Amino acid sequence: MSHLSYEQSKSLATKTIIILAVITVAEVLFALLGKGYIVEGLHFPLFLMGSVMIVMSIVKAYLIIYEFMHMKYEVPGLVKTVLLPTLLLVWAVIAFLSEGNYWNTSRSAVKNDVKIELSDTSKK
Amino acid sequence: MASDTLAHEHDVAHTNEGGSWKGGSEPFKASYGKLMMWYFLLSDAFTFAGFLIAYGTLRFSVPTWPVPDFVFSTFPGGFHHKPLLFVTVMTFILLASSFTMVRAVQEGHRENQGGVVKWMLWTIIGGIAFLGCQAWEWNTLMGVEHMTIKQNPFGTHTESGVYLMGDGHDIKEGDKFVAGQSYLIHQHDGAFAPLQYKVTEGPNAGMVKEQQMGPKAFGALFFFITGFHGFHVLSGVAFLIIICLNSATGLYIKRKNGYEMVEKIGLYWHFVDLVWVFVFLCFYLL
Repeated sequence: MSHLSYEQSKSLATKTIIILAVITVAEVLFALLGKGYIVEGLHFPLFLMGSVMIVMSIVKAYLIIYEFMHMKYEVPGLVKTVLLPTLLLVWAVIAFLSEGNYWNTSRSAVKNDVKIELSDTSKK
Repeated sequence: MASDTLAHEHDVAHTNEGGSWKGGSEPFKASYGKLMMWYFLLSDAFTFAGFLIAYGTLRFSVPTWPVPDFVFSTFPGGFHHKPLLFVTVMTFILLASSFTMVRAVQEGHRENQGGVVKWMLWTIIGGIAFLGCQAWEWNTLMGVEHMTIKQNPFGTHTESGVYLMGDGHDIKEGDKFVAGQSYLIHQHDGAFAPLQYKVTEGPNAGMVKEQQMGPKAFGALFFFITGFHGFHVLSGVAFLIIICLNSATGLYIKRKNGYEMVEKIGLYWHFVDLVWVFVFLCFYLL
């Protein structure tokens, strides 16, 4: 259980929610900035956009789990049994996204072949 | 050595009511209910991760994907072209309800019945407000823009070009567009009316083409994933109401465990907020 006094935990919760709100606003502004909504013609590379968004979301997740869900005050065994299995997801994300990418390339290869045949038959 | 361990175990069993083999011990210093809530949430996280990974895989498997700040740009009251504004409001509602939940748990720890009930009521209001927003969003997508789990009128251009006709909404004849820009095919008299355009760049320059419907999976993934999350919010609200009533009638005062039930539903409620962080990331930000 928390070792903090009532007043301390109250102010900690207020602080956490403010940080979460600020990160959310920053995420949305960054998404719009990177796609040229705020400054005309400004575009950030997709890789930069993606990594900044993912890092900010993980910070938000950390704050929610550790502060709001009190993971910070649980014994190490509990923390490990809950958090370590989620590391498997890192593998799953990488494997499946690269598989999806493979579908895309092989699909476009097939599509181009068909297109040549279609353009011949469509002239009839 | 062995007898030492046994003696130690014996002591531990003694300090807990009923002994280890009768469920008396609390591994990880957490009660049975709380521990199981954590493991339920872990398994639920895998379910959501499965959904979101499917989303990512299908998104990577097609050449174009609807641009989120084009798709999600309506706001109640007839406003258009307000990219991501409405979902930001929804995110704030959910975050605020998470904060009120933290406050309810804190009041529970100091056995303050009035405080628990007050902050839980705020959390319930937040949950219902979020569901209301989601209902509006779904209604706009299905009723006005005609996206369903089987069809997706949000397409994306792969080439730059110029429109040869207008649709009476945002697009006028002669409007130019670039590759990567998304569009919405409107319905006229109950049927989709894709616009014709002329390609101006690339190997197909000069060809006249017609707008294509967007990737079909987008609609199904959107409704299933936000629907599954919305279902979690809905059941969360139901449990919040039950536990709020139990707190109000004084049931948890008798248990003298610092309103542990409120703490458990709090864990669940924060998890719903946590999932939304990633739904928000995958659907609206990336």
